[in-house]
Amino acid sequence: MAQSREKRKLKQHIIEEWTGKVFTSLCIVLLVVTIFSLVYFVATKGFSSFIKNGISLGEIFGGTKWKPEGEPPLFGALPFIIGSFSTSILAAIIAAPLSICAALFMVEIMPKIGRKYLQPAIELLAGIPSVVYGFVGLSVIVPFYRDIFPGQGLGIAAGASVLSIMILPTMTSIATDALAALPPGLKEGSYALGATRWQTLARTVIPTTLPALMTGVVLGMARAFGEALAVQMVIGNAPHIPKSLFESASTLTSAITLSMGNTVMGSVQNNVLWTLALILMLMTFVFVFIVRFLERRANR
Amino acid sequence: MSAKTADKIATAVIIFFAGIIVLIMAGLLGFILVRGIGHISFDFLTSPPETIKKGGGIGPQLFNSLFLLVLTMLITVPLGLGAGIYMSEYAKPGKVTDFIRLIVEVLSSFPSIVVGLFGLLVFVNVFGFGFSLFSGALALTVFNLPLMVRITEQGMQSVPQAQKEASLALGLSKWKTIKSIMLPIALPIILTGTILAAGRVFGEAAALLFTAGMSSPRLDFSDWNPLSPMSPLNPFRPAETLAVHIWKINSEGLAPDAPEIAAGASAVLILMVLLFNLLARWIGRLLHKKFTATK
Repeated sequence: MAQSREKRKLKQHIIEEWTGKVFTSLCIVLLVVTIFSLVYFVATKGFSSFIKNGISLGEIFGGTKWKPEGEPPLFGALPFIIGSFSTSILAAIIAAPLSICAALFMVEIMPKIGRKYLQPAIELLAGIPSVVYGFVGLSVIVPFYRDIFPGQGLGIAAGASVLSIMILPTMTSIATDALAALPPGLKEGSYALGATRWQTLARTVIPTTLPALMTGVVLGMARAFGEALAVQMVIGNAPHIPKSLFESASTLTSAITLSMGNTVMGSVQNNVLWTLALILMLMTFVFVFIVRFLERRANR
Repeated sequence: MSAKTADKIATAVIIFFAGIIVLIMAGLLGFILVRGIGHISFDFLTSPPETIKKGGGIGPQLFNSLFLLVLTMLITVPLGLGAGIYMSEYAKPGKVTDFIRLIVEVLSSFPSIVVGLFGLLVFVNVFGFGFSLFSGALALTVFNLPLMVRITEQGMQSVPQAQKEASLALGLSKWKTIKSIMLPIALPIILTGTILAAGRVFGEAAALLFTAGMSSPRLDFSDWNPLSPMSPLNPFRPAETLAVHIWKINSEGLAPDAPEIAAGASAVLILMVLLFNLLARWIGRLLHKKFTATK
């Protein structure tokens, strides 16, 4: 009797052990399969414009004219590529100093107010949906630019402004974490040597946390590069290379957003749009690679 | 310039820039709330939108957003918990685990529009779910899984090692230990993270354009049979969410009061995000109190 109960218990134990293992393994396998199929599908669709439709690499990456309905149709994606890079780089240039200053303020200058009020507020702002940023850009920033500069106000400047505000919270919270994680001994050593706060910040704190601060900047840029709707709402969507920052332009994401719904699956234009998505995906890989590289530098 | 003056100038500059950020953020929130809140009324929240007339509401969109949120979380939470538990408890350190970590990181930084396109190709076309809430929920699951995995891992890692070992030493199976000892301790962190992830689902639009669709059929709110095509509960009908609606009326809205509707809808969206945030904080603190017996 006792023995059989023991056996039953052991059996139950083994069953439990296996349920856990099988369930969690299934979940992780599903996740890995999803990621691989995502990369596979986007890549095959993206390459089909080169392979099936015979469009040359040079035409897409070097062509400056986007006329999918023209005769002959032209698929130069250079305006979109330039638009995406210029908006996201500009956004990062605007947001990086601001966010690093905010983080310095929160960690080094007024830690009490910073931790109690500013940090929760910034975390909250990180959760605001991007369409809301687009809407605010459309109703505040675009009219503002329209009044001051020639043109409609739509364009790369408006896109970059909206994106920089959008990525500010993310960049600030990463910079704050980086600064807060610095061992206090370093700073105290510098103060003990008689350095002022600014000397400590400029010569000790910022150089040691630089890789981590850069991680925040790159992540912010990656987010700006992949953002679709907020940019699409304020950039104007003209498929050519703009001559000024205040002239209507396009990005990779805005081109996909606008045209994907109007083209037939499998048509040449549709395949080229998938190629644009492939470029977005490859850029994601590049950004992740840079972040990994910076993290390795930060941990050394 | 002496070091002291430099210090003063630098401090002033930093405070100035921090002040600018605070102003931008406060201005942003203030602008949306001031412009939008006046437009929110019971009628606005419940009535269907109008295409060319004034006075349309956001009723169906609000319902779609909430329903989609529930659907997405129903799929995301078990999957994310499982995968996160695997990464934190079962995965052996090595090349394979490092690789999985890398690709999860890659997935978490994919632009949402690319995830949406993948959803269009696979869920809408290959699996044949069409433009539907279900396709949208699956796309958002892909989009949110990495976050859920990271949250679960963080939660599991916060469990004291001794507690886990004590349970294993008493002869409990590993799964039982995870389920009844570790998960309850990790719950505050996991729950807080999940609510914040839910806020992200609520505001996401780009991944939904090509999966859940940009239109809603006329919903019959008296029909609660999930199988009928007019029923709000049918997961296989197309559904425009609140975030998608804001985008659509801004880019192609024909109603004369489109800016007001966009402002009102944005305010609703912001208030919901605020609500999620406060809820996450409150529940986190409550659970923390309960499990750690601190006041």
